[in-house]
Amino acid sequence: MSTPNLTVSAQAGALVDPEAVAWLTARARERWRRRTLPALGLIGLVVLWWALVAGLDVKPFIAPSPVLVAQTIAAKWSLLLQNLVPTTLEAVGGFLVGNLAAILLATVFVHSKAIQEAFFPIAVMINTIPVVAKAPILVLLMGNGMEPKITIAALICFFPTLVNMVRGLESVNPQSMELMRVLSASKREVFFKLRLFNSLPYLFSALKIATSTSVIGAVVGEWIGSTKGIGALIIQATYNFDSALLYAAVIMSSCLAGAFFLLVTLLERLVVRWQPANVH
Amino acid sequence: MAHVAEHEAPPRGARADAAGGIAITCRGLGVRFFTERRSVTALSGIDLDVQRGELLTLLGPSGCGKSTLLRTIADLMRPSAGEITVLGGSAEAARRRRAIGFVFQDPALLPWRTALQNVGLPLEIADGARHAGSVTPAELLELVGLKGWEHAYPHELSGGMRQRVAIARALVGDPTILLMDEPFGAVDEITRDRLNEELRRIWRETGTTILFVTHSIYEAAYLGQRVLVLAANPGRVREIVRVALPDERTLDVRETGAFVEIAAYLRRVLETC
Repeated sequence: MSTPNLTVSAQAGALVDPEAVAWLTARARERWRRRTLPALGLIGLVVLWWALVAGLDVKPFIAPSPVLVAQTIAAKWSLLLQNLVPTTLEAVGGFLVGNLAAILLATVFVHSKAIQEAFFPIAVMINTIPVVAKAPILVLLMGNGMEPKITIAALICFFPTLVNMVRGLESVNPQSMELMRVLSASKREVFFKLRLFNSLPYLFSALKIATSTSVIGAVVGEWIGSTKGIGALIIQATYNFDSALLYAAVIMSSCLAGAFFLLVTLLERLVVRWQPANVH
Repeated sequence: MAHVAEHEAPPRGARADAAGGIAITCRGLGVRFFTERRSVTALSGIDLDVQRGELLTLLGPSGCGKSTLLRTIADLMRPSAGEITVLGGSAEAARRRRAIGFVFQDPALLPWRTALQNVGLPLEIADGARHAGSVTPAELLELVGLKGWEHAYPHELSGGMRQRVAIARALVGDPTILLMDEPFGAVDEITRDRLNEELRRIWRETGTTILFVTHSIYEAAYLGQRVLVLAANPGRVREIVRVALPDERTLDVRETGAFVEIAAYLRRVLETC
């Protein structure tokens, strides 16, 4: 680049520099693409759904058309919302309890190999039991309130977070560990200055998985002898062949999980700020 | 700089014996490692005296125990035989009172901390503020030529800049001894030359005793007042070569006949290792 050009771009910013303008335009287009394409995909899917139901003349009690589902959501909005509240509470409660327990246990594991070796296999065993099998056991144990649902949501979040957190706390750069030793750091200092920060990207990967699984856990918990919540609504709608309400309930729980995911992703961007931009 | 003010006659080079005394002594030092299949004698029968304020380079083929020797002095490893004295006491005591700074081959910066926060880390650990020394982290960053980069994160810095941050961090609290384990092994040659020059300047300004591990003959000869050549299997002292070059030297010294002679001599010694 010639010298006059450099002076211009230094004075007037990148606006005059044709290369910078081209780069900015390309980036803006890329951003626009990234936002519009998923929306287009969703619209395409809904149109395909509508075309299939209308074209093949599917009966409404087998599969409703998207128009009917939209009408149902509008008509039964308060019923849906009323049932979304307990499910949200259970999912968020389970998310908090399960992840907190996993983080604490991972901390214990990292400080005591003996405890890790004794209890890790048990954690794996509990994780192999399917949620649909855990749910009735817990309902029998804890009754019909919110507690078993929260417990199921917590159990389902627990394992991925435990595994990721242990890995994040342990996978510290060995030379950073040696540095801490040269500085005569205590175990506590190694944990709070080094391991905890090192684990955060791993933790957030697990938390993002947990957003959707905690909602699944709450819904599955509500399947068994519950009268309120999205899960109960799903069961009622199925027994009444009210497929439009069933689909509406499913969409509500998906939206809940999606909103939860976005919230945790936002939190991650606020907390884990040190990574290069391309990692996000 | 603090050290210059502290010692009116900076204990350096030939004057060290009189003013500063001995910083590190090894007598019959041996270190062995055990794996499932075999045992390795990394070091055997090391006898060594390092003067206070000296700049000693450690040169040798891979696996000769250069790093092991450094790690033993820093109390990152325990010797299996012999004795080691650091500043008149045990290596552990020296480590505990922050008399030792260590620069690793990997800068080992914490990615979630800015350059300035990385340099300040030693002050936050193990009552580190008590050993703060006279130079602030910001001044140390300036000393290593990173003024203006205080708030940059490690991923925004080049490899050479990261290593400078690591050096600044090791200098927090005015350590009496600075141990450097192939710190410039991963940076390009031009950057390495510049860092070598800067290291000599820092050494002259601070009067710190420096042990510098390298496998480059030129780096060893340019930096060191003496070069400790180690032989492998088992790691042992092959020869200690005094570098007969002026203490005030620039990179140009590498083109002088004296330097070429020393480098050639070191190469011949290395060939027998």
